Amino acid sequence: MASSIRVRATSNGDITEVQALIQHPMDTGLVKNPAGELIPAHYIQQLKFECNGKDVFVADWGTAVSKDPYVKFSFKGAKKGDDLKISWTDNKGGSDTTTAKIA
Amino acid sequence: MTTTTGPVATRRLILQGAASVAMLGLGNLPFAATPARAAANDKYPEEAFKQKNEADAIKALYGKTAEPSDKVKLDAPEIAENGGVVPVSVTTTLDKVTSISFFVAENPFALAASYKIADGTIPGVANRLKMAKTSNLVAIVEADGKLYSATKEVKVTVGGCGG
Repeated sequence: MASSIRVRATSNGDITEVQALIQHPMDTGLVKNPAGELIPAHYIQQLKFECNGKDVFVADWGTAVSKDPYVKFSFKGAKKGDDLKISWTDNKGGSDTTTAKIA
Repeated sequence: MTTTTGPVATRRLILQGAASVAMLGLGNLPFAATPARAAANDKYPEEAFKQKNEADAIKALYGKTAEPSDKVKLDAPEIAENGGVVPVSVTTTLDKVTSISFFVAENPFALAASYKIADGTIPGVANRLKMAKTSNLVAIVEADGKLYSATKEVKVTVGGCGG
C-alpha cells in the first residue's frame, strides 16, 4: 500500500521547511451517516517529526483537525540529504511511518 | 559405531538450539524498552481534548491562564466558506517557545491541536481546522513558561460538523 504520508522537506541553507499531507478520515464521532447512525470517532492523535535522532516537532491532534490533515513548519539544524522520519498514531491504534530525504 | 554417534549428534543439536534461543531473547530486550520510554516523554493530553469549554481546555492543558500579546500573530480568514477546512497559521517573535496550541471556542471540544516546539524549531505552524460555526479562534503560545494568546473571530457560512 502506498504511504498515507506525503512530505516535502526543503532546505535553504540553515532552515528546513517541512510540509506534510496525510490521508486520514479524521472522523469526529459526532457526524451521522446517511442511514442516521453515528460514524465512530477515528482521528490521528499524535504526529511526530524526527530528524537526526531528535523530535523536532510533535503534534497532538483532536477531532477538530480537518480531514486529510496538512501541516507546515520549519526547523534549524539539518542539512540537505538528512533523513526526516515522520510517524503518526490514531485513536484506533492505527499508525504509519515514512522517511523523507531533505532536499 | 553408528549406534553411538546418533545420540551424540542430537544432544549437540539441542544444546545449539538452546544457545541460539537465549541469544534471541537477549537481543529482543532493548527493542521492547524503547517505545515505552518514548511514550512517557510525549504523553497525549487526553483530558484537555475532552474539555468542551475553552477556559477548561486551557487549564487542563497548561494549568494556567494566558495573557493577550501582540507578539503572537494569528492568521486566519475573516470569512470561511467551508467550516470543514479553515486554513489557520501562527507565527510569533517570542523567544524560548515550547508549544503552540489552537482553540475554537464554539466547537463541541474547544482544543483543536497542540504542537510541541523543540529547541531549534522555528516557532510557527500552519494547519487546517474544522469549525462548527462562527466562533472565536484562539492561538496560545507557551514561551519561557508563560502563556501568550491571540484571538480572531472567523465567520463560518457552512459548518464543519456534518452540514
